[in-house]
Amino acid sequence: MTSLRDEVEDPLGLDYARAPRFSSPDEVGAALAANRYLADAAIASVVYLADRLIKPVLIEGPAGTGKTQLGKTVAEALGARLIRLQCYEGIDESKALYEWNYRKQLLRIQAGQHGESGLDWHELEGDIFSDEFLLTRPLLEAIRATDPVVLLIDEVDRVEVETEALLLEVLSEYQVSIPELGTLTATQLPLVFLTSNNTRELSEALKRRCLYLHLNYPDVERERAIVLSRVPGVSSALATRIAEVVRSLRQLDLRKAPSVSETLDWARTLVVLGRSELGDQDVKDTLHVLLKFQSDIDKASKELLGNRA
Amino acid sequence: MLDLLGSFVGELRDAGIPVSTTEHLDAARALVAIDLMERAVVKAALSTTLVKDETHFAAFELAFEIFFASVTAQAAADQLDGPEHEPGEPSSQRGSEGRGKGGGGGASGEVTQEELAAMLFRALREGDASMLAEGARIAVSRFAGIEPGRPVGGTYYLYRTLRNLDLDALRALLQSAAAGEGALPGSLSQRLALDDASGRIDQLRRAIEDEIRRRLVEDRGASALARSVRRPLPEDLDVMHATRDELTALHRALVPLSRKLAMRLARKRRRGHRGALDLRRTVRQSMSTGGVPINPVFKPPRPAKPEIFVIADVSGSVASFARFTLLLVHAISAQFRKVRSFVFVDALDEATRFFEGAADPADAVARINTEADVVWIDGHSDYGRALTQFHERYANDVTRRTSILLLGDARNNYHASQAWVLDDLRRRARAVYWLNPEPQSYWNSGDSIVAAYAPHCDAVVECRTLRQLERFVGTLA
Repeated sequence: MTSLRDEVEDPLGLDYARAPRFSSPDEVGAALAANRYLADAAIASVVYLADRLIKPVLIEGPAGTGKTQLGKTVAEALGARLIRLQCYEGIDESKALYEWNYRKQLLRIQAGQHGESGLDWHELEGDIFSDEFLLTRPLLEAIRATDPVVLLIDEVDRVEVETEALLLEVLSEYQVSIPELGTLTATQLPLVFLTSNNTRELSEALKRRCLYLHLNYPDVERERAIVLSRVPGVSSALATRIAEVVRSLRQLDLRKAPSVSETLDWARTLVVLGRSELGDQDVKDTLHVLLKFQSDIDKASKELLGNRA
Repeated sequence: MLDLLGSFVGELRDAGIPVSTTEHLDAARALVAIDLMERAVVKAALSTTLVKDETHFAAFELAFEIFFASVTAQAAADQLDGPEHEPGEPSSQRGSEGRGKGGGGGASGEVTQEELAAMLFRALREGDASMLAEGARIAVSRFAGIEPGRPVGGTYYLYRTLRNLDLDALRALLQSAAAGEGALPGSLSQRLALDDASGRIDQLRRAIEDEIRRRLVEDRGASALARSVRRPLPEDLDVMHATRDELTALHRALVPLSRKLAMRLARKRRRGHRGALDLRRTVRQSMSTGGVPINPVFKPPRPAKPEIFVIADVSGSVASFARFTLLLVHAISAQFRKVRSFVFVDALDEATRFFEGAADPADAVARINTEADVVWIDGHSDYGRALTQFHERYANDVTRRTSILLLGDARNNYHASQAWVLDDLRRRARAVYWLNPEPQSYWNSGDSIVAAYAPHCDAVVECRTLRQLERFVGTLA
């Protein structure tokens, strides 16, 4: 790792240091739980290390397992501002990093022409390429923020491989180079989360710079706890039942396995319907909340409910 | 600790996981930052810094269990036995116990078979991890018959132990306990209880695996054991010789792989060349430059998509390879103008109809196995006859847009090769490719006649693993 910054005395030998925000993985877990995000040991450890090693976290996993939510919740737990960059195909540096405000620059030039002349070119050039005419986009905003921020780069797999390179400088050095202004370094080192739905292989360069967290579907106990904490009206017995049904569904070979968010939708549905227990008929009637393909619904009701469904 | 980390990283690299020096450094830093006494945290720290691909987790987990279980188990044993014991003693003692069982069988240990079963049942029912580990320890010393010094991975010991524990009875017991009174057969509670019980049985199996592994590590050391249990990553598995479990893993790997491939191809096509000028957007764009069209905008290109004809040998020896290729090609069929598939053993049948309207290509492949009409006389591959039939019936459908993929090992059982067919097809088609699932060194040995067909193909490609298959299909579109 190379850095332009001075070496800092630190047991970890990092190139830059920041006072740790958490003292242990347990504290992370507790802070997240206080914001109604139930993290297992792996999640809490990774967030703790991300803060301690000052590295971005790349989160992968099936849709609806709480990838984006993790970033949001960490921001909440820290009381930090969340800056979010939603990636899409064709995003470029003028959308991700910064852009010069052409219209304002044009106005400035025209104002110079009509007003008292005598403004020389260099002065004008220095003037129109200054902070005032810079439009900050999420990445630059996160670097320049003076208050604590959490940067969430959502669905990073949607950008092209070439565009990924834009992120690298920000992710490894926490700085942005603007040809006209020079290099802007972060005043506070933001926590960075990247999420990916794994629609394509991310480049080695990006992966190397990040800690990697694979979020899978939770096990029965954790899912039950998630349901209980997120859906207030649900009874403990019902939550257990819900978690068990969802686990059985995920073991079937379905086109789209139910995600955690769909589990929560289902729990809410059952609460609205006033169920405190889960009978076969209830499952059959509400399965469409969990499963989004007719073939999946047919298969699930055949497998789970037997012939009588 | 640093040495241990070093050899662990070495093991990961040997297993095929790419670990860069930066990542090694990160792992070392992470270990400084955390509490080393908490195993789950150590594991998370290592996996997050060293493994950057979810398909590599299985290999990581195995290596972690071997390298880091040994340390903690040894430490725990030292604490229990007291410091005056020799480090080698526990393993030899347990080894002799195992040998005793192997020779005479029967009454070792102070727990009876029934008591052991009851203990395992209670441990699983209540989710008591330490009791489960204890039960696994007893079961392994009693049944596994571990012989010290043998360079094995422990699969056989696992099999021996599990055979002696009546798992089906245990599962049934767990299921009825979970379902409670009055659960109707075929009802939801029954099914949930079954899944629950199976999950718990898996826990037991894992506990026994852990225990066997721990003993093997004590016996032979981590690196040696890691070498004998190392398995290739899913994408590097040899498709032809994969076991059933490995095939399931392959199957699972195929879905994301085909999705990624399709995405990449679609992107490549869109970005490849410029299409015609998009007048409307050019004019709109010129607004910001005072009506001067500085940046012309072009329409996205629409190059012609190729047509694919797959001709696959589905006889026993290469069936699983044909199945995977058909699945992959059909999974990305949107990237082609048309995909037609033909299957043969010693007669040829068109299989495209099975894929039409099938929601899941896997169903279609299953139907090919049962319904396609591919056997003529004896059910041994006859490439010559299949090719002649293809030529008779479908040669006129082959155009300059068609790429033909032939899948098979070209083991022709000494029938006539009829290589002229390929020559003629090649003249009609855009390209003819032969994908051979055998390693290149086996080609042309025995009844393999790759050499007879090779001159008439644009390329003959060795395609033993999913990775090779993906790379090849990626070049097609």
